[in-house]
Amino acid sequence: MEHLEYDFKEAGGETTAVQAYVLTGVVASGNLEVLMQPENLEGGCRFVIDTAANGFAESWQAVLADFMARCRPANLLVSINDHAASPAVVSLRLDQAYESLTEK
Amino acid sequence: MKKHIARNYLEATARQRIKDFLDPDSFREICPPTEGFSSPHLHYFAIPLAFDDGVVIGEGLLGGFSVALVAQEGRFMGGAIGEVHSAKIVGLLRRCLKTRPQAMIFLFDSGGVRLQEANAGEIGVAEIIRGILDVRAAGIPVFGVIGGSCGAFGGAGIISGCCDVLVVSEEGRIGVSGPEVIETNMGVEVFDARDRALVWRTYGGKNRFLQSQVQELVENSVAEFRAAVLRRLPCSSDYSLEALELEQQELARRAARFAGSRDAIEVWRKLGFTDAEQIPSLTAGELKKLREAK
Repeated sequence: MEHLEYDFKEAGGETTAVQAYVLTGVVASGNLEVLMQPENLEGGCRFVIDTAANGFAESWQAVLADFMARCRPANLLVSINDHAASPAVVSLRLDQAYESLTEK
Repeated sequence: MKKHIARNYLEATARQRIKDFLDPDSFREICPPTEGFSSPHLHYFAIPLAFDDGVVIGEGLLGGFSVALVAQEGRFMGGAIGEVHSAKIVGLLRRCLKTRPQAMIFLFDSGGVRLQEANAGEIGVAEIIRGILDVRAAGIPVFGVIGGSCGAFGGAGIISGCCDVLVVSEEGRIGVSGPEVIETNMGVEVFDARDRALVWRTYGGKNRFLQSQVQELVENSVAEFRAAVLRRLPCSSDYSLEALELEQQELARRAARFAGSRDAIEVWRKLGFTDAEQIPSLTAGELKKLREAK
């Protein structure tokens, strides 16, 4: 298991959450769960990850940076339990969580 | 506006099932994932945690009836029952005695006790059984719903046997020892665990329905499960000594009647179904009609 934390500064967008939190995905092989909740982080976002696949800190950095650039979220706390999901699955879950959190 | 798609029960997650099973926006989760009630044991085994320890509990409405609801997540460790997982369920059952909902509904999806925390899990199963019996003794009916890929096996299978009413799809299997366990102990000539048709004929919803071990057989959709439970509401739990003695007599009759059967098809023939081989290919609706005609 590996514990990773990433902080991203303001990405220039705004996030209007319509729910207090969302949870998407399930912790199963090749899958992950993403718990996304609004939190005052001075416009930035924090990602807290526990993953079963050790040694992928750079991949996580890249996937999260992509998500920040794509959705430009603000003031989000994102907690992840990962069971060795591929980067594409992680991206999908992040988008799914963000859509559920913000779409009416 | 999002399109509404009829939800496949087998493929849905626990949270998706709840969403379509209960009245819209009526569910209030207790111990939600944000509170972080995760397993204190799994990190010793380098196994990732789940924020809800694989079970969702809470209260909501079903067709206007107040219900308490448990939904196990079969995809997380096979829905296995660990310490926190069981504590959440037991807490909800005890709460029912105070809040007195009109029904308690248990969406099973579990292979039984979680091996990594087996002692706590076994105690948890015992506490859940006690909790269900207390809820029934208080007159609140307990419904078991089984249609997930893990079915209800081991401790979960035993718990399902404590419910008033079971609603099952053909895909939803019920058992105590799983196919592999029986094959390992009794030999492949007795039970071939790789023969999927045999496995479903034996453990699947149709066989359980035909032997009156479950009360409702439905197709694999969340809406059908919901409708089947609703058809039975309102009801009260019959937990009298007379009811239990009748059930015991029925079990003894069943054991004697089907003793020595080698396959579910033999059992179905003894039940009077001449075209027993055709039963696996029937829909739930067709099978119910066939049974009613008997």
